[in-house]
Amino acid sequence: MHLQPDSVGIVTPQTLHFDAPITLKSGAVLDAYDLVYETYGTPNADKSNAILICHALSGHHHVAGYHSAQEKHPGWWDNMIGPGKPVDTNRFFVISLNNLGGCHGSTGPSSTDPKTGKPYGKAFPIVTVEDWVETQVRLADRLGIQTFAAIIGGSLGGMQALSWSILHPQRLHHALVIASAPGLTAQNIGFNDVARQAILTDPDFHDGNFYAHGVVPRRGLRLARMLGHITYLSDDVMGEKFGRILKNEVFQFGYGVEFEVESYLRYQGDKFADSFDANTYLLMTKALDYFDPTHHSRVSLSEALKPAQAEFLVVSFTSDWRFAPGRSREIVKALLDNGRNVSYAEITAAHGHDAFLMPDPHYHSLVRAYLNNAAKGIGL
Amino acid sequence: MSPSISTRADFAAIARWVKQDAGVLDLGCGDGSLLKYLKETRNVHGYGVEIADANILACVEKGVNVIQMNLEAGLSGFEPQSFDLVILSQTLQAMHNIELVVKEILRVGRQGIVTIPNFGYWRHRFQSIGGRMPVSKDLPYQWYDTPNIHLCTFVDFEEFCRDHGVRILERHVMCNGEDVTLLPNLMGNLAVYRFEKA
Repeated sequence: MHLQPDSVGIVTPQTLHFDAPITLKSGAVLDAYDLVYETYGTPNADKSNAILICHALSGHHHVAGYHSAQEKHPGWWDNMIGPGKPVDTNRFFVISLNNLGGCHGSTGPSSTDPKTGKPYGKAFPIVTVEDWVETQVRLADRLGIQTFAAIIGGSLGGMQALSWSILHPQRLHHALVIASAPGLTAQNIGFNDVARQAILTDPDFHDGNFYAHGVVPRRGLRLARMLGHITYLSDDVMGEKFGRILKNEVFQFGYGVEFEVESYLRYQGDKFADSFDANTYLLMTKALDYFDPTHHSRVSLSEALKPAQAEFLVVSFTSDWRFAPGRSREIVKALLDNGRNVSYAEITAAHGHDAFLMPDPHYHSLVRAYLNNAAKGIGL
Repeated sequence: MSPSISTRADFAAIARWVKQDAGVLDLGCGDGSLLKYLKETRNVHGYGVEIADANILACVEKGVNVIQMNLEAGLSGFEPQSFDLVILSQTLQAMHNIELVVKEILRVGRQGIVTIPNFGYWRHRFQSIGGRMPVSKDLPYQWYDTPNIHLCTFVDFEEFCRDHGVRILERHVMCNGEDVTLLPNLMGNLAVYRFEKA
């Protein structure tokens, strides 16, 4: 394998065990848990150059670089993070973790419950964005990071960055909230529920304890992913990619795979069903649905964001209808109402919600420029 | 947006009217130069509003707060009277809905500042008499490619203000960066106005 000079190269995940119990938003208590994480770049003496990357629904700690020379694809945001890239690892010390409840190494529903010696399954408590922030705070403490130079996240990751700024305003200088929202719309919660229903009604789900039965609710996961995938793309980009193209030139008058788009979605669904835990999917979508900084105090978003001290870059994408620009503008308005330093960019992009993962030159230039200034501002 | 950027002599004129630590909104802020200048010279807390991608990037590069939105749609997202000053520097003449933008300036800001080029400047009048649309350093465009769709003279603008409940507090007329006091509507090619709700 030939590594590009702007790749962080071969990276090795690390795991930290936490044995101080954590009381979750739901009231449930986890006595102990593991968090798996990766780091890129080098910390400076006081670790003031640390950046935290928060992942979205199906993400994980492997953000950049390769786990081995054999690995075909780099981490999920490799185009953004690396030496000389917008999140420049020559300058910043970048940390990414798999969130609690995940299925890539951090403790989650598929992990073994020490009390029973079996996978948690249904017994794993639902976690929220705020719970993730608390576990991320504990990770930062263990790594000796007092204040992050920036916390960056797209989609559900952006919600975590926003939540950090409210819950721990002193512990980050900058928040980059990308393709995100201050709370899901009814339409969005609706999509999530259809996805959950697909999993929950799969006969192989076994009330969340499918591990004991040696099966996986593949059909449910697959449907959930297929539906999700449609909503992450724009109509235009799907039209451009697949149009009405048929795999064979003539209609088969049956229910097999005929259109290219069907083939693509089924492939994506299968791939996902083979690699993702159904309980984690349920949990992550629920965390999305619950996120709403205004919920507990019944205040306006402006009121809810009052504690925030960080400076913000808020970015949305024109064709993103799942986390539409209007939702980002709500965040911007609340920040303006509080007189916070904020810049907002609406990137013209065809790729829908997925655009935040694409290497759009203007988008990347913005993130680069923003972080350059951030670095200067905190004396890096 | 700023379609006619000459030497930006208006910066200094504007800065004179900006109080230390003021809250400033710069509409059509271009590459953020004015806000940066005001931050450095007056320590203002400011935001720019821009539509063009390249300008958004230029502002972010300068560390100037900028919000990407279309001014023509008004300033929803900004609370009433939330800024000491709302500035529209050399952008007014390129806007479609002048009445809306002036109304919005005075809704969001306690005072407004606008800079406008003078269609009544003597060189422009000369060209008009000669049967041609004026083209100059300040209005460097041809009739077919100009973003300046609402050109006026100082007299026109002042009449507009009278008719729209806008009280002009101060006017500073310039020509190629030099102050003009004599026959301003003839000799000046740029004016900066400070105004409030009448």
